[in-house]
Amino acid sequence: MADLTRLTAAETAAAIASGEASAVEVTQAHLDRIAAVDEKVHAFLHVDTDGALGAAEAVDAKRAKGEELGPLAGVPLALKDIFTTEGVPTTVGSKILEGWIPPYDATLTKRLKHAGVVILGKTNMDEFAMGSSTENSAYGPTGNPWDLTRIPGGSGGGSAAALASFQAPLAIGTDTGGSIRQPAAVTGTVGVKPTYGGVSRYGMVAFSSSLDQGGPCARTVLDAALLHQTIAGHDPMDSTSIDAPVPPVVEAARNGDVRGLRVGVVKEFAGEGYQAGVMQRFTESVELLRELGAEVVEVSCPSFTYALAAYYVIAPSECSSNLARFDGLRYGLRVADDGTHSAEEVTALTREAGFGPEVKRRIMLGTYALSSGYYDAYYGSAQKVRTLITRDFQRAFGDVDVLVSPTTPTTAFPIGERADDPMAMYLADLCTIPANLAGNAAMSLPCGLAPEDGLPVGLQIIAPAMADDRLYRVGAAVEAGFVERWGHPLLEEAPAL
Amino acid sequence: MTVTDELVSYEDALESYDPVMGLEVHVELGTKTKMFCCCSTSLGAEPNSQTCPTCLGLPGSLPVVNATGVESAIKIGLALNCEIAEWCRFARKNYFYPDMPKNFQTSQYDEPIAFNGYLDVALEDGEIFRVEIERAHMEEDTGKSTHIGGATGRIHGASHSLLDYNRAGIPLIEIVTKPIVGAGARAPEVAKAYVTELRELIRALGVSEARMEMGQMRCDVNLSLRPNGTETFGTRSETKNVNSLRSVERAVRFEIQRHAAVLDSGGTVVQETRHFNEDTGSTTSGRIKEEAEDYRYFPEPDLVPIAPERAWVEELRAALPELPRVRRQRLKAEWGISDHEMQSVLNAGAIDPIVATIDAGAPADQARKWWMGELARRANEDDVELSALPITPEQVARVCALVAEGSLNDKLARQVIEGVLAGEGDPDQVVDKRGLAVVSDEGALGAAVDEAIAANPGVADKIRGGKVAAAGALVGAVMKATRGQADAARVRELILEKLGVQG
Repeated sequence: MADLTRLTAAETAAAIASGEASAVEVTQAHLDRIAAVDEKVHAFLHVDTDGALGAAEAVDAKRAKGEELGPLAGVPLALKDIFTTEGVPTTVGSKILEGWIPPYDATLTKRLKHAGVVILGKTNMDEFAMGSSTENSAYGPTGNPWDLTRIPGGSGGGSAAALASFQAPLAIGTDTGGSIRQPAAVTGTVGVKPTYGGVSRYGMVAFSSSLDQGGPCARTVLDAALLHQTIAGHDPMDSTSIDAPVPPVVEAARNGDVRGLRVGVVKEFAGEGYQAGVMQRFTESVELLRELGAEVVEVSCPSFTYALAAYYVIAPSECSSNLARFDGLRYGLRVADDGTHSAEEVTALTREAGFGPEVKRRIMLGTYALSSGYYDAYYGSAQKVRTLITRDFQRAFGDVDVLVSPTTPTTAFPIGERADDPMAMYLADLCTIPANLAGNAAMSLPCGLAPEDGLPVGLQIIAPAMADDRLYRVGAAVEAGFVERWGHPLLEEAPAL
Repeated sequence: MTVTDELVSYEDALESYDPVMGLEVHVELGTKTKMFCCCSTSLGAEPNSQTCPTCLGLPGSLPVVNATGVESAIKIGLALNCEIAEWCRFARKNYFYPDMPKNFQTSQYDEPIAFNGYLDVALEDGEIFRVEIERAHMEEDTGKSTHIGGATGRIHGASHSLLDYNRAGIPLIEIVTKPIVGAGARAPEVAKAYVTELRELIRALGVSEARMEMGQMRCDVNLSLRPNGTETFGTRSETKNVNSLRSVERAVRFEIQRHAAVLDSGGTVVQETRHFNEDTGSTTSGRIKEEAEDYRYFPEPDLVPIAPERAWVEELRAALPELPRVRRQRLKAEWGISDHEMQSVLNAGAIDPIVATIDAGAPADQARKWWMGELARRANEDDVELSALPITPEQVARVCALVAEGSLNDKLARQVIEGVLAGEGDPDQVVDKRGLAVVSDEGALGAAVDEAIAANPGVADKIRGGKVAAAGALVGAVMKATRGQADAARVRELILEKLGVQG
């Protein structure tokens, strides 16, 4: 058998189901790959060798008994370190949870295990998912496999880098303002933010509850769909989870087709700050859609201009409350518990030592924004903007089936370049944030390399809430079109590590 | 701040000032599970044994609303004549405290489930006072801190604290009154009557046992004074966790006297939290609120809005039980007693035991006599509620039956009850074990009467001379001789018979 780490998830599952390869062999191949390259990439915070091999053995045993295997049984996966895993550390990229071993599995973790997916380990991320470069991880940055001196995006840089460096064929991310899509874009992989409420948040450490959404990351559109199908669906433990059937994402991914589809190009996602090579690849994508039979029109969503501002009020506000529980009293880090400090002092010193600068910045922003006397001006206004953005989307989707844009204004920037400039960092999520504010479904998939720097560019597709299948139908068609044009998947052009 | 503030007499205080009260009552609902998770709410379990990721606030955990909690809240709202929100949300109340696992309390803020109601309460003399209700909202309880090493269990001076999160997440309904004005000198009585009526209402609805001594119902008393004849409210104090009916009355009374003293001396009342001390009946300063605490409320994003269907609300309204005040009116008529007597029965918490005793076959006057007499005295001595005494209404009814059939007289019946309370078994078992039967052997009784007459010739002569009232002394002697086990009425008959006098 050829290199097992180069297979797609669908191919891997087929190989295991047919007996061409065992789940243990597949898992071991990936563990070997991690051992070989992750010192350079630093995609993983924790590799669960025993857990992974145990899960793989269970799949092989099941197959040996002739039991039916699920569509992803035995396929390895890199899990963002924001989902709780019983008995396996979960740090959320923060010192404040260093050493914490959760006593329970997230619903998503349970579903993966139930499906026989092999969890290789936990991936690096910006602390509490706050960031666009993974530089805010308390455990050091992750390199972009296309150029290790550049960022892999964030917050889910570890998951995206694991895919792009063939350490795993599948990964899980979470997307509050673009943390699945932006890393996918800058690493040449596929990432999907499902409709808000599509994937359970139970056991996903909260950053901003009304925006956070877990979702699939993969190297192909079909693989993302198979993973989406596995993790999505109603969860009674999450009150905001949608109690409706999962849209037919796998069927859509197997039947890519844009003929007769109306595609809207968002006028506001262009202009100053957009890299020329990014816009060039985006324009080519739009042309490809036209060639494939879509009808392309320009649409205007004027309120999107305010999305970034609204986001940086709402997300910090919710985070200031969500992160209050990290007080050093019940779990995780505890500082200055030496018998001379009061509980209040221990809490203050623990938070001082345990949170990084970006987390502190957002807690302070949010605390301020929710203060009495400022609530209406900040939180209240931001919620109004959110309503306006939702209306812009509704109006647009009255006219078109999906919207498209570049996923990010630029390709991967060098590590350290924006570390001291939060505003520049925040701009990386300019195109992705509106879908979070409105709760829509959105995908990023590779649409080529920017000519000026040879780095991947992402195409964003946005669909109405609960129409996640449209992402896959369009994404599969675009992916097939590009692969035909390029002669191979984009990732084959990535340098060897 | 000294522990015993200067006070002026209650009468002098009311001479100059008009009290304004606001009462906030927290009721722990009797749901089987907590408000936002499936943990048990039963009392007395090992510390932290009834917890899960959600009520411990572990990273990643999420709340799910307890539907029975919402139903109970609506029932309370309806019984308090409130409007029920067509759409409302939970909100987060943000503040740090070790017994609150998430460091925010999931509560309701500007969108309570029930609002704008009233509760009519009956005062001692039967007068009805209407208390306006601002709102009733749903929230969760905190955990429980036990401070070790400090004085009187307070955190001040403690070496460390223990935290039990079994209580964290138990559903609470907070019921807030509008400012209660116009009660005047009767303010303490109104406060007590309101809390009493509310407790009866909660129990009648079956949503909580509302036992104050168990912390299932807790009251905060806000009080301010304004000079008589003025409109503007004065600065208020907030006395926390006043946890018995009597304490509610005392706390209001004390604060009226304390505020008056401060104002009389030209001082200003400090807006602060105060603690009520059960032993002294006084309040002491807690933390001073220099500025209103900023809880940074915002809508709870982890929960979806609650929109109770109107048809459901109407179903609940139609199914409300007879409300306590209406029921008391009915029972008062059935039992043939006065407003005042009914009030005493209510204050003693004796309504349900008496009704149950009557249901078990006892006549109303007898049932009332035992619960309001002997048993009330015992409950008072032991400082427990009547319903907590180790005797059942059925047992009391059996005692009544034994008296009615002549097997026991009142004195013996009291001993039987004493035996039941002491755990000696059912009334019949106590009668057997203690040998408590009325002496009805006419021969033995006759002999005892003869002895008494012989021993008291002077008294016997008086009776023969027509002073029938003097017979009491001989009855007493016979009762003493029979160790109380004789039927006093029969003894009297025998004495008069033997002395040849008509009764």
